[in-house]
Amino acid sequence: MSGPPGIEEARAAYRAGLITPRRKAAFFAAMAGLGLVLPFVVYPVFLMNVLVMALFASAFNLLLGYTGLLSFGHAAFLGSAAYVTGLVVKVWGLPTEVGVLAGTAFATLLGWLIGSLAIRRSGIYFAMITLGFAQMMYFLVVQMPWTGGEDGLQGIPRGTLLGLVPLSNRYAMYYFVYAIFLGGFFLVYRTIHSPFGHVLRAIRENEPRALSLGYDVDRYKVVAFVISAGVAGLAGSTKALVLQFAALTDVHWHRSGEVVLMTLLGGMGTVMGPSVGALIVVTMENYLAGLGDWVTIIVGGVFVVGVLAFRRGFVGEALRILRNFPF
Amino acid sequence: MAQALFGQLLIGLINGSFYALLSLGLAIIFGLLNIVNFAHGALYMVGAFAAWIALDVLGIGYWPALLLAPAVTFLLGVVIERTMLRRLYQLDNLYGLLLTFGLTLILEGTFHHRYGNSGNSYPVPEALAGGSNLGFMFLPRYRAWVVVVSLAVCFASWWVIERTRLGSYLRAGTENPKLLQAFGVNVPLMFTLTYGFGVALAGFAGVMAAPIYQVTPSMGSNLVIVVFAVVVIGGMGSILGSIVTGVGLGLLEGLTKYFYPPAASTVVFVAMAAVLLVRPAGLFGRER
Repeated sequence: MSGPPGIEEARAAYRAGLITPRRKAAFFAAMAGLGLVLPFVVYPVFLMNVLVMALFASAFNLLLGYTGLLSFGHAAFLGSAAYVTGLVVKVWGLPTEVGVLAGTAFATLLGWLIGSLAIRRSGIYFAMITLGFAQMMYFLVVQMPWTGGEDGLQGIPRGTLLGLVPLSNRYAMYYFVYAIFLGGFFLVYRTIHSPFGHVLRAIRENEPRALSLGYDVDRYKVVAFVISAGVAGLAGSTKALVLQFAALTDVHWHRSGEVVLMTLLGGMGTVMGPSVGALIVVTMENYLAGLGDWVTIIVGGVFVVGVLAFRRGFVGEALRILRNFPF
Repeated sequence: MAQALFGQLLIGLINGSFYALLSLGLAIIFGLLNIVNFAHGALYMVGAFAAWIALDVLGIGYWPALLLAPAVTFLLGVVIERTMLRRLYQLDNLYGLLLTFGLTLILEGTFHHRYGNSGNSYPVPEALAGGSNLGFMFLPRYRAWVVVVSLAVCFASWWVIERTRLGSYLRAGTENPKLLQAFGVNVPLMFTLTYGFGVALAGFAGVMAAPIYQVTPSMGSNLVIVVFAVVVIGGMGSILGSIVTGVGLGLLEGLTKYFYPPAASTVVFVAMAAVLLVRPAGLFGRER
């Protein structure tokens, strides 16, 4: 096992000298700058949606791309954090920041619970277990009295940031979401590139060897799962504020599949892949929304084609083309 | 009171027979092809719809549909295996799960687009209508039929796999497909037929379920997630294990529905958590 094909391309790009620290810094600076001016060009609510899903997919990729664990129930963390934020901000009337922290904390705790159970089995069973627990979460959300059942939790107020900046202003809200995205993305990035992240990759590539080198593999997996669940929760809490709505679809297994699709399309195991995938999928769903059931069919078709013929993802393919391109 | 309890137990037994039929198919497919067939639920739905459409459009009744619907899903399975799954055997088995997940979305989306979300009811065949009063409960004849036939099909599959020559090929292929091919067995064909047979079982379960539940496009996916939990609990190593676990969990659900209804939809997952704590490899599983 040598990891997902996207990562092979990233590695080859490093070896070929295509990716250098300076180019990387310039790229990230350009992207960060782009994010600052974009809301004046593109509809901010759409952008916020992309950012939230990109953060969700990046968190997911920490598990699938870098640890080799396919969680098929990540919607549980996104969705439950959205509901907890809604509960804290709307029902209890507490400040926005408390809501985001509470949602994230809840998802982190849930991640620890589900993670420590799911890692007891490996491979494909891991996917089935996470899917099962996410479905359980879905039923719990449907049954709780305060969640609004099928209608979702509606009318969540955005409030004011630190009691100073009213987030009802769409630009203020955008920069708030953008700051959260950058923070979460940086956390995932640092995790991947830390010594801890290298151990995760060792586990992905050869678990028995990592074990024989003396690493407590199970503990590394649980910690990676908890970080991933926490960041997914952060994305979910933010999503609830963006849409002012915690929706049942965010806990549904369709959402869990969607984040896999984003990661696969963008490029599994690449830093930028999940964000690119999120941009593609959110844009696609946005433009196709009027087609009703066709959206599901098209998403399914993209899934099938992606698995059969596009396993490197956009970032992987782009790196491959750039590498074979003399500069 | 006893009436209600036995009623719930009967529903549990029926659900359990479906869990057994579906997890058996999943286990056979996973054993040989090393693919977790997410589309199993969608093909169960296709089986139910095939029966319903056959009656509604062509006027073909329940008895021919009992063969026709599995034949439809079998053919669909053969096409899926030949054109798509075949390309994934060399890869990590997560791709098989993702591909069949995509197929599920396509199948469900298509049926949803064509037939909407409302349930279509399928009449109980005349010969099996009515029921008998057993004194402690009323037993609808069709439900008794479902339990008996499903379990008979399960045990017949077990017998074929464990006791016949064909089954010995299948077991040999599960252990080591390359060696089996070296002995002159057409292994690629066996892969195709095995996938077809596995999903034919799902289609069969679909026809059996049509007169009991409403025929809807989403009837399969909610079921398949529960069946996954059943598979985690039982382990995919043993065929009898899948059958026992399926029926057992159906009964557990029935009991929960009687004693504490709100937990009925989650009890299987709680059981999954408990098994993972106590016996991580599953009740009948060997860790591979």
